Amino acid sequence: MDVMLPYTLKNMSKVIKELIIEQGLVQLNGETFFKGDTNETVTFLKSLYKHIGLKYGKFFKMDSLCKLGFLATEILLDGVEDIKTETDEVALVFANASSSLNTDVNYQNSIAEIPSPAVFVYTLPNIVIGEISIRHKFYGEHMFFIQEKYNKEELLKYTDSLFAETQTKFAVVGWLEMGMNNEYSAQLMLCSK
Amino acid sequence: MSELKEELKAKLIEQLNLEDFEVSDIEDNDPLFADEGLALDSIDALEIIVLLEKEYGIKLDDPKKGKDIMQSVQTLADFIEKNRK
Repeated sequence: MDVMLPYTLKNMSKVIKELIIEQGLVQLNGETFFKGDTNETVTFLKSLYKHIGLKYGKFFKMDSLCKLGFLATEILLDGVEDIKTETDEVALVFANASSSLNTDVNYQNSIAEIPSPAVFVYTLPNIVIGEISIRHKFYGEHMFFIQEKYNKEELLKYTDSLFAETQTKFAVVGWLEMGMNNEYSAQLMLCSK
Repeated sequence: MSELKEELKAKLIEQLNLEDFEVSDIEDNDPLFADEGLALDSIDALEIIVLLEKEYGIKLDDPKKGKDIMQSVQTLADFIEKNRK
C-alpha cells in the first residue's frame, strides 16, 4: 500500500483507514497489525479474536465469512471516537465473489442427517452485516454486492451516493471473500463524508 | 444421571460452540436462556432439539413443552432419562 492516509477521492469519500487480511496477516494502513502462527482460516480467525482482546461469545457461533468481516470491522472502528453506537450514520457496503457458498455447502452436507439450524442462518452473505450491526447497534444503510472481482471504484461510487443522499456520515466499505475451501480475503476501508 | 448431565454439558458446549465455557463452569441448575446462565438464544433452542433427536433418538413432538424441558441441564437430563430409546 503506497498511498498516504487520509486521502479524499474525486467525489466525496475520504478514506480514513485501510485494512487487509490475507494469508494469516493483518495489515492496517500498510503496517503489520497481526501475524498469525497459521494461515488456516478457523485457527487464524480465533487467534486474531484473542489478539484484539474481544469478549463476545456469539463470535464462536458465526460462520467464517461473518468472523472475517466482524473482526475486520472491529479493528477498523477501534479508536474512532466520532463513531457512536446506536446510530444510523454508519453504512456497511461489502462485496465478494463467492457469496455464502462456503456455508451453503456445509449446510447442504448437514441435510444428509438432520439439518443444522445454526448453520442455516448463515446461508446468506449479508448476515455479516447483521452481525456487525447487532454488535454496534448500527441502523444505517447497508448493501452486499456479489461481483466477479473486487471493484473498489464501484463500491466507493455507491458509497459517495450514500454520503450525498442519505444520513450516512461514515462507511465501512470493501471486499469480504470466503471461498469454497476457506480461502479468505478482507480488504476494507473506513470512509467518512 | 450424573454421568448423563456431564455428557450433556460437553455436548452443549460442542454443539452450540460455547467456547467461553468448560464443563465445570456449568451448574446443573443454571438457566440455559438467561444472561446469568448460558445466555442461549432461539437458534440454540433449535439446535438442542436436533441434539435430542440425533444423540438420544428423542423427537420433541410438542414444541410447547420445550420451555419446561430446556430450563437447565437438570431438566434436560430428566427429560432424556424418561424418554430415551
